[in-house]
Amino acid sequence: MLDSTDAHVVVEGLVKRYGDRTILHGLDMTIGRAETLVVIGGSGAGKSTLVRHLIALERPTAGRIVIDGTDIASLSDVQLAKARRRFGMVFQKYALFDSMSVFDNVAFPLREQTKLSEKDIREKAMTKLKELGVDHAASLMPSQISGGMAKRVGIARALVMEPELLIYDEPTSGLDPVTSRTVDALIEEMRERFGVTSVVITHDMVSAFDIADRIAMLIKGRVVALGSPAEVLAVDNADVQGFISSSGVDVKRFEHRGNRKTAAELAARARERKAGRAE
Amino acid sequence: MSDDEASKRPGVLATVFAPAKGLLEEVGTLADLAFHAVLWGARPPYRVSLVVTQMEFVGVQSIFLVGLVGLFTGMVFAVQTVYGFRRFGAENMVGGVVALTLSREMAPVLTAIMVAARAGSGMAAELGNMRSSEQIDALETMAVNPVQYLVVPRILAGIVMVPVLALVFFLIGIGGSWAIGVWGMSLDPGIFADRIKTMLVPADLTQGLIKALVFGFTVTLIACRHGYYASGGAVGVGQATTRAVVWSVVAVFLIDYVITSMLTTV
Ligand SMILES: Nc1ncnc2c1ncn2[C@@H]1O[C@H](COP(=O)(O)OP(=O)(O)O)[C@@H](O)[C@H]1O
Ligand SMILES: [Mg+2]
Repeated sequence: MLDSTDAHVVVEGLVKRYGDRTILHGLDMTIGRAETLVVIGGSGAGKSTLVRHLIALERPTAGRIVIDGTDIASLSDVQLAKARRRFGMVFQKYALFDSMSVFDNVAFPLREQTKLSEKDIREKAMTKLKELGVDHAASLMPSQISGGMAKRVGIARALVMEPELLIYDEPTSGLDPVTSRTVDALIEEMRERFGVTSVVITHDMVSAFDIADRIAMLIKGRVVALGSPAEVLAVDNADVQGFISSSGVDVKRFEHRGNRKTAAELAARARERKAGRAE
Repeated sequence: MSDDEASKRPGVLATVFAPAKGLLEEVGTLADLAFHAVLWGARPPYRVSLVVTQMEFVGVQSIFLVGLVGLFTGMVFAVQTVYGFRRFGAENMVGGVVALTLSREMAPVLTAIMVAARAGSGMAAELGNMRSSEQIDALETMAVNPVQYLVVPRILAGIVMVPVLALVFFLIGIGGSWAIGVWGMSLDPGIFADRIKTMLVPADLTQGLIKALVFGFTVTLIACRHGYYASGGAVGVGQATTRAVVWSVVAVFLIDYVITSMLTTV
């Protein structure tokens, strides 16, 4: 299905141990450019550990992570810092800097990683806050806003740099259903507008089946199912079937998602954009 | 790993040397963090405003305590030395002896302990919270080196502010001992001041300031180490805070002896 030149992220034989506990038992997967991969699985399955490896927050015990054809373990500090400008992450616990206002949180990556003027930074950051419906909280401190709002600010901060690879660790957990759908729409929009490759961890099966090109299911540090939503639904594995049926998702829904653009189309557009930027 | 193996087959040697091994590992971790702090501190960008914020934090957190402890330390010393020296009619020496003790030992050591208790514990708790709420990971993801952003400013603040605070401790301590000696125990104010002038040489102040500087580095390094590598949620942050203070205090006394024996020729 995936043309190998279109692979954005390749995970090869990823093993992670903490002490004598093995958390990830040799994972292999390829994530295509502009693809949305949804990672599902119970708590403690190793989902966060997996995605933390993708942006080099953790070092593999064994195996490799290859992004854009480069093994990220081979990068120097400076090269890695440069590569990270193209990554964004929405953290499970929001990870807002509590010494800074909401606005400064969203402006932070722009101030650190770009040479934009303060005026442009203000405009970009406020636009993102507005898109997520939290612009009214711009001058508040993170301790003064609710968990749902903090989550949206965390998303705004990850999106503001318009990265090529965006990782969302449970972006909708703790949000009301309406806001959750807004977040799903945003994930879709980032993909459609900018050809972003997304890896989304979620417990929200509605969201999973709505936004996924492919779904990876992790149980106890092993990939037990990997494929399109239809393929995952058809997997002949009691654990997988149990997980899906207990989530109560309407299996028929995902079959009528209308005409989403394919990852290949979007990847082609992302490459054009990149070429345009390089000039 | 080998820790676990050792606990499965507890040999006598393993049991005896376990704490020593732990201590060695601890020193290794500290040296590693210090190395990275120097490395990243030397690289731009230089985050002056963060250093200023931390200097304010260390100063504001500790100045009242340092002044108070300095005052009482000076007062107690005056009473004790007058009591002791009167036995052989040497109470004239009190001013000088108090000044020597305060500048060489009391000011740097007690200031460092106050800073460890107030600012150090605060740093460990703050960094520990940032670790457990993934803020440190977020910094890294945004291509900002967390050691440069968080650890370097705190250590610099310690290196600058502990000597400043120790000087405050010293001056207030002298004031306290003067007040007790002159007003409370009717020593001659002229002789008291004169003995300070004749007995206290620049080397005494230098030794005090060198100690304060090294303690400032040590206390903030240990606080950052425990906060930065905290794990295990709120409980872990609590433990990190306690450990930061305990190990800072132990390190201060240990290093005090080392510096004293290096700088003092008897
Ligand atoms: N830094 C760490 N040290 C030790 N164990 C860890 C660490 N990070 C995660 N783990 C363990 O790895 C397992 C998987 O964690 P995680 O990837 O967060 O799971 P998930 O995101 O799927 O809920 C958990 O059992 C967790 O305790
Ligand atoms: Mg998780």
